Amino acid sequence: MTPARRRVLRRLERTLFWVLLGIIVLYLIFPFYWAIRSAIVPDSVQFATPVVYWPADPTLDNFRKVIASGQFRRAVLNSTIVAGSVTLLSLLVGALGAYALGRFSFRGRTPVRYVILSMTMFPSVSVLGGLYTLITQFGLYNRLGALVYSYLIFTLPFTVWVLMTFFRQLPRDLEEAAYVDGATPFQTFWRIMLPLSAPGLVTTGLLAFIAAWNEFLYALSFTQTPDKRTVTLAIFYFSPQTGGGFEIPWGQMMAATVLVTLPLIVLTLIFQRRIIAGLTAGAVKG
Amino acid sequence: MDTTERPIATATARAIPRRRIGGMTLAERQAWTGWLFLLPALLVVIGVAMVPLAQTVYYSFTDKRLGALQATNWIGFENYRFLLRDNLWWSAVRVTVLFTVVTVIAEFALGLLIALVVNSRFRGRGLMRAAMLVPWAIPTVLSAQMWKWMYNDIFGVFNDMLRRLGLIEQNIAWLAKPSTALPAVMAIDIWKTTPFVALLLLAGLQVIPEELYEAATVDGASRIRQFLVITLPLLRPAIAVALIFRSLDALRAFDVFYVLFGARPDTQTMAVYAQNNIVAFSDVGYGSAISVLIFLIIAIFVVAYVTSLRVEAES
Repeated sequence: MTPARRRVLRRLERTLFWVLLGIIVLYLIFPFYWAIRSAIVPDSVQFATPVVYWPADPTLDNFRKVIASGQFRRAVLNSTIVAGSVTLLSLLVGALGAYALGRFSFRGRTPVRYVILSMTMFPSVSVLGGLYTLITQFGLYNRLGALVYSYLIFTLPFTVWVLMTFFRQLPRDLEEAAYVDGATPFQTFWRIMLPLSAPGLVTTGLLAFIAAWNEFLYALSFTQTPDKRTVTLAIFYFSPQTGGGFEIPWGQMMAATVLVTLPLIVLTLIFQRRIIAGLTAGAVKG
Repeated sequence: MDTTERPIATATARAIPRRRIGGMTLAERQAWTGWLFLLPALLVVIGVAMVPLAQTVYYSFTDKRLGALQATNWIGFENYRFLLRDNLWWSAVRVTVLFTVVTVIAEFALGLLIALVVNSRFRGRGLMRAAMLVPWAIPTVLSAQMWKWMYNDIFGVFNDMLRRLGLIEQNIAWLAKPSTALPAVMAIDIWKTTPFVALLLLAGLQVIPEELYEAATVDGASRIRQFLVITLPLLRPAIAVALIFRSLDALRAFDVFYVLFGARPDTQTMAVYAQNNIVAFSDVGYGSAISVLIFLIIAIFVVAYVTSLRVEAES
């Protein structure tokens, strides 16, 4: 191959690379762009053909309507309460259990580890019948408590597993120094190990929060009235607020979607390194 | 605690396993504390997962109906026998399996491509990695609604694009017929989870030592040969994890199908069929039998996964 031809080939390879990258980025981004575009156009543009790709006169009307809607605000509050409680509970109970599984050696530890690991892959639909009856029997049906209770099924095992791998990586010295100084195991856990594992707590907490915030199956099954809806349910049941003659107010729905997604995107971008580390610790390293 | 029993400063807790504290050896004490610390988590696991699971299995052998006045009867394998002859169930199995096979293969192929592209050094790579997490972070329900709007038969952007490109003449109601509805739902799942697969594979790619490629280049191996001989074999663990994780998720798919179609008979998955029987029809017995089958199918994958990790977990 002559040097000239090699140069052409290399340039071709480079171009192909950027074209490929461009297509990938477009494929990832376009649906988001479309949600935003649909959120900022008035209904007269929204429901017109041919489709307008770049809105000439954007408006925040849809956002105003959504924010003014009591149902949407209620849903955000409900989701925050549920996801917040689930995250706190999982971290508290999970860190304690993870410390035991990661740092203490005792008979029966390995089977418990396997049970926890298997449970991180537990399909939530497989216990729906039992949970549904339990929740009805205890009078939890159509209460946010039912969601906090049932969401632990997927947040807790995950929290224990990831925090356990985290605790196992911490150096022994500090812990031993604490024991030598006469600290009880709980004091050692609370004062030494927990602060040391703060980065792990942030990551797992965030992942648990996102999982609870995004949940749909249990929210759909265990609640009934609009005042108990979480964000995912509210957007699923999106109903006309103004009744402009169209069945579904897509503009408002997209505005709500953008509003709900934005904080998640910001959080994900801020903590992306930790999230990737947490996800791969849960998945690849086992 | 007796102060004389306290170990002297040089001795570590591990170095004195036989010393007795409070009538117990240190090992016994450690076991005791370990179980004590584990107790809250175990109680939650039992209350939230084990008891409901046992109940679900039990109900699957009964004709339990929620809110019914008549007593619940033990009917043995009747629910399972009925499932064998239930066309709706078999349709749900077909939909789920098709969905799983197509999306897992597509997500793997595309994810590998994306991982390879992102793994090469270029400006804005960090940004790209961050952007890849975004579809993963947003709720499936929301992404399903976003796409449902793009698929709209009258005002949807897809129909418009395809018409502008001259690929179709009439707008298509993508979600109406199973022949287009299933590919449509697959496209959403592929969009949402391919980046996640790519991130898992990327993590695997980044631990492959650079020297291997350098040595191969010196030896005159082509790029394709390097990929086949170095990259693929060393990426095997990451590939296995990605494939199993995706299969697990696809087999229990619920959200995206329910948002797009509700419990429409021709496009429901196993999970949708189970949920609909339990909640909408209050037929807890029959729905539980479906749940148990889903559980068993997924358990096979979980066992495969856990055994493949055993070596590492033991260490």
